[in-house]
Amino acid sequence: MKRLAVKNLLGRPGRTAALFFLVLLLSLTLCGGGLVLSSLRTGLGSLENRLGADVIVMPAKAALKTDLDTLFLQGTIGPYYMNMSTVDKIAKTEGISRLSTQIFLSSMRASCCSIPIQVIGFDPESDFTVSSWLKESRQGSLDEGRLLVGSRVNANPGESIKLYNISCPVAGQLQPTGTGLDTAVYCTLPTIRTLMTAAEDLGGYSSISGDPSETVSAVYIKVKEGVDPKDVADSINVHVRKVKAVQTRSVITTVADSLSGLERILTLLIIAAAVLVWLVLFAAFTLMTGERKKEFATLRLCGLSRGRLAGLVFREAAIVSLLGSAAGVGLSFLLVHAFSGALGNALGLPFLLPSAGTAATLALAALFGCLLAGPLAAAVSARKLSRADTGLILREG
Amino acid sequence: MAIVEFKEVSRVYRNGDHEQRALDRVNLQLEEGKFIVILGPSGAGKSTLLNLLGGLDNPTEGTIMVKGRDISTLSANELADYRAASVGFVFQSYNLIPTLTVIENVALVKEIAPKPLSSHDMLKAVGLADHIHQFPSELSGGEQQRVSIARALAKNPDILLCDEPTGALDSETGVVVLKLLLSMAREMGKTIIIVTHNQNIAKMADVVIRVKNGKIQSCEEQANPMSVDEVDW
Ligand SMILES: Nc1ncnc2c1ncn2[C@@H]1O[C@H](COP(=O)(O)OP(=O)(O)OP(=O)(O)O)[C@@H](O)[C@H]1O
Ligand SMILES: [Mg+2]
Repeated sequence: MKRLAVKNLLGRPGRTAALFFLVLLLSLTLCGGGLVLSSLRTGLGSLENRLGADVIVMPAKAALKTDLDTLFLQGTIGPYYMNMSTVDKIAKTEGISRLSTQIFLSSMRASCCSIPIQVIGFDPESDFTVSSWLKESRQGSLDEGRLLVGSRVNANPGESIKLYNISCPVAGQLQPTGTGLDTAVYCTLPTIRTLMTAAEDLGGYSSISGDPSETVSAVYIKVKEGVDPKDVADSINVHVRKVKAVQTRSVITTVADSLSGLERILTLLIIAAAVLVWLVLFAAFTLMTGERKKEFATLRLCGLSRGRLAGLVFREAAIVSLLGSAAGVGLSFLLVHAFSGALGNALGLPFLLPSAGTAATLALAALFGCLLAGPLAAAVSARKLSRADTGLILREG
Repeated sequence: MAIVEFKEVSRVYRNGDHEQRALDRVNLQLEEGKFIVILGPSGAGKSTLLNLLGGLDNPTEGTIMVKGRDISTLSANELADYRAASVGFVFQSYNLIPTLTVIENVALVKEIAPKPLSSHDMLKAVGLADHIHQFPSELSGGEQQRVSIARALAKNPDILLCDEPTGALDSETGVVVLKLLLSMAREMGKTIIIVTHNQNIAKMADVVIRVKNGKIQSCEEQANPMSVDEVDW
């Protein structure tokens, strides 16, 4: 019987291929859609993890020009700076447990990259927002002049990136975050200040007023236990001039809001597509069973019971479904992996492929869904058929 | 003892108010190993009788005994088993599966019948040893019908039921196929029942049954049936 099923499939290559592609489509919809959804979730999760800060303070001008959520999706807030004296004032605010500064610098002229590269300077001593995430993937020490590059920066450890005519060796590459931070490079504060001076000397960077060593882009604050970040942010906004303090919660919430909206739409789309493909699959199996009426009648005539006939049809459908859904799962992994950057950019949300376990669960679910769909469709149409009078069918033929 | 016994068998088709008595209280006894020909005009009920005997249909009334077993009350699954074990069919249409080769079409019964014979031997016996890997569409009508005969016999059934087996063939090919069918069934000692319009075939039969309007008109035993070669085709 098993051989008969395989022979029937091979004997009608066109029909088998059509069914195969339908199942593949269903599997692609389920698995690919699921992967996109879970990548968005994972992206949000990584964003949340990385935002160790409760409050971010940036120059008021930057806050005016920058969407809060783009801060972490794109990594920087543009060429706006504040003085160290401002940082000292911020530090005096009640309720602060930890405080760390970062400097952002944009370069259009990196020798290695076709995209504008962001340079982010941070202080490893006081840092609590990036360090934990850097630590795991750090492959070399971050001494003077050395860089860590984001996962999507096209440079390997050992190579150098030329920034403002300064050649900076790459100390290591970071793990992906699914955000714009993946295209940034990271260095210490002294390094980035050297780069800023070099940028000014080249005349390519003029918006810094004053001494680069006195300049800061953003201040990250962790509040003490039991202190409401909102109080700290409010206090800074009231007492320190020319800066804007925001709660990171609001950043996350904005992203999470747009994510859940998108998630709803995507889920609906996936369900709609899956239902549509399923219906087509069902129709295809029904049509096919109709077309094979005589063949089935012949088998019944020879003494094959309804149950065994249904088993044969089921087996055929199961073979096609298994192959089709496996191919669909493979293809969705390939596609989502290949286009994860483009997808993240297009959606404007952090996009990070889920863990192997989650991915495997998704793949299995899609496989199961497809395995269920084809044979179920086949079984229903075969059942309908077996009610028809065998003798009648054969005499009509 | 009779291998087949019909007792007051009726088959009534209902189309709304209209009732069609395709078979009307038929009584019949057929001996094992005999060659039986059923004659009758179109619409007489010949195919209905054959289908009932073949377990393709249940009678409306009456009982049908085959080898001492009542098949008129069997369930669909029991009928399938009965067909698998006891009857072989040859119809006017060859009913071959187009996606399977000749040998695969015959070997199919191995999966179904409880005591099948070698598919290869059967195909050799019908003279198609050289065509076993071809597809049905690559064969002539006569050759296709020979495949279906090989398939029916490969099941090694007790009874061979043939409903106008040469109906779709030209008369010359029809004779060849008929001769083959008869000599093989004889050799293998099968009970063979043929529905036909060909009066010549009747000359070779052990028993000739005439059916009309759903009733058995006559059931004659022929003491000295002609052999295949004696018949003037
Ligand atoms: N499935 C059916 N539904 C309704 N009426 C039927 C059905 N099958 C057969 N009949 C009717 O029963 C009668 C006997 O039909 P049957 O097919 O047995 O005739 P037959 O002797 O085989 O004729 P032919 O020589 O033309 O094949 C006919 O009047 C036919 O119309
Ligand atoms: Mg008929």
